[in-house]
Amino acid sequence: MKQLRRENIRFWQGNEACAEAAVIAGCKFFAGYPITPASEIAEHLAERLPQVGGVAIQMEDELASIGAAVGASWAGFKAMTATSGPGFDLMQETIGWAFMTETPCVIVDVQRLGPSTGQATKCGQGDVMQSRWGTHGDYSSIVLSPNSVQEMFELTIKAFNLAERYRTPIILLADEIVAHMREKIVIPIAKNMEVINRKKPEPYEKAFFGLQDIPPMPAVGEGFNVAVTGSTHDAYGIRFTADAQEHRQLVERLNNKIQSQAEKLADVETYKIDDCEIGIVSFGCTSRAIYEAVEKAEAKGLKIGYTRLRSIWPFPEKIVRQLTETAKKIIVPEMNLKQIFYEVQRVSNGRADVIPLNKIGGGELITPEELLEKIEESA
Amino acid sequence: MSKSFSVKKYLRPLLLPFCSGCGGITVMSEFLRAANELGYEKLDKFVFCSGIGCSSWIPSPHFVADSVHTLHGRSIPVATGIKLMRPDLHVIVFGGDGDIVGIGLSHFIHAARRNLDILVIMVNNMIYGMTGGQVAPTTPFKAKTTTTPYGSFEYPLDAAKLAVTAGACYVSRWTTAHPKELKDSIKKALRMQGFRFIEAVSQCLTAYGRRAGFKDSWEMLKWFKEKAIPIESAEVMSEKALTGKIVVGEFVRRKRPTLVETIYRTIKEAQK
Ligand SMILES: Cc1ncc(C[n+]2csc(CCOP(=O)(O)OP(=O)(O)O)c2C)c(N)n1
Ligand code: SF4
Repeated sequence: MKQLRRENIRFWQGNEACAEAAVIAGCKFFAGYPITPASEIAEHLAERLPQVGGVAIQMEDELASIGAAVGASWAGFKAMTATSGPGFDLMQETIGWAFMTETPCVIVDVQRLGPSTGQATKCGQGDVMQSRWGTHGDYSSIVLSPNSVQEMFELTIKAFNLAERYRTPIILLADEIVAHMREKIVIPIAKNMEVINRKKPEPYEKAFFGLQDIPPMPAVGEGFNVAVTGSTHDAYGIRFTADAQEHRQLVERLNNKIQSQAEKLADVETYKIDDCEIGIVSFGCTSRAIYEAVEKAEAKGLKIGYTRLRSIWPFPEKIVRQLTETAKKIIVPEMNLKQIFYEVQRVSNGRADVIPLNKIGGGELITPEELLEKIEESA
Repeated sequence: MSKSFSVKKYLRPLLLPFCSGCGGITVMSEFLRAANELGYEKLDKFVFCSGIGCSSWIPSPHFVADSVHTLHGRSIPVATGIKLMRPDLHVIVFGGDGDIVGIGLSHFIHAARRNLDILVIMVNNMIYGMTGGQVAPTTPFKAKTTTTPYGSFEYPLDAAKLAVTAGACYVSRWTTAHPKELKDSIKKALRMQGFRFIEAVSQCLTAYGRRAGFKDSWEMLKWFKEKAIPIESAEVMSEKALTGKIVVGEFVRRKRPTLVETIYRTIKEAQK
């Protein structure tokens, strides 16, 4: 892209930033189904992908959208779909299939306010646990959570890179606020943006589903006679549904390739976590309130620190534990009825007093004032 | 075409999962015969997609080829992603009637509407075979199944007719009692573009036939032969006269712009 030779300043909407980032990351296929507040991603890619020789198509539902994306990935191309809660529900079975078949792809869930149709156009953060445990069976997910338009851009590129690197579906867990707001963003110079591509097999290789933590991935039509299946399979893709050991080995490897990298995958912004009395753990749009609240609390002489999660799953345990070791109180503001809260409580293991701050309804954000009030209450 | 042709050249040395006498075996071998007669020494220009069900095991992992075994009902969306990104490959979908026109029906209709360039071969055994014989959208009226112990109170779907209405370029129906016609139809479809649908009415003694009163698979094949009415004759028959019959033959053969053509034309225009 010509315009990317120099650093570029843009004034973009979050969803637009996500779509542009996908193009830069090398996405060549998008399939989606309209849903607020994610539709702009589909609309933008419908315009942009054909310009770079890619395909964007509106499917008949979300089951088809994610299915087509997984198919495109096996055709050898980077693929994405984007939706919101109700569509994310429908995608869960295929997310499990993509996990089991080790298919790189990016699934954007722009969270809105559920359950069910709830307040469909309003913001919520209620899909945190769904993004971890949504599909059936023993599974691990990698989930990223942007809190600005800039991060919609950066984390979309990162999502594609992680998908290719780990050969697994990656979930970008955005929310209505971040997706719909417009902000200034800085697009880095093209050569400063890392783009990772999947490891392809050598012509003699045959084990595309085992023998190493992250096996190489052929595409269909390359002469490898690849057998892809969501049934328990051996390293060569041949299904093995009677052997307990074969299942254990496969599913443990699939989980382990993610869980063993938890520390490396942890992506957090921290502030004074080694020297604070009150800590905050926050993510997504809610975390936008922490800066002002912290500034004001500090002006009042309070010693405060925070961990802002840019990656949610695997839960960045180590860094959150660090906070629980210094802070006596930890506030967890979320626009749901306690989802990350219990994770922090688990990691804290009684060391710190974990205090929830929850707000749902109307898409109303937790304000810096409300957070400050909670900080002062806890002090 | 050598006389000593064996379908084994296309198969991995694995045990087939089908009951003996299963019609799925006929569909499998007629497909491979068709590929052989068309001169495909290997299946490397093909990608096979299937869902979940006995019939979905036909290509995967048995064919020495790329095979993508998807979820129950989702083979057509996955085939869509593959075909759109690799238009040079022949994408073939195998599935049961439950898979293709039960849980996956919406994808089937939309793929035909879009004229997606794939061939869908549906093994219609009129039952959910793999799960042990529950009623399917294709089960004949009054037939006893495990979930309709008093006989089915629903009327079956005519998938071939539906495919015609939805926009398919090629639609045929044969039965496993018509292996030559089935094979010729597959050959014809493999040489065409656009959405192609072949319905193979097939015997499943295990999950359907026994409960319906058939002694063996031969009896079921005899039943297919007796009930089969060529589409040309069916056209002048009343609905009543056609009840319980199996209309066989070519339902449609036509040309329409295919999805691959229209999408890639759009991409060209966008790049101007
Ligand atoms: C979402 C989902 N629902 C249900 C099932 C269980 N299931 C497996 S195969 C099948 C039906 C098989 O019937 P059909 O597709 O006609 O194929 P056949 O076995 O008769 O060839 C069902 C319901 C499943 N695997 N996934
Ligand atoms: S249950 Fe029926 S469809 Fe399945 S393998 Fe046996 S005969 Fe074939």
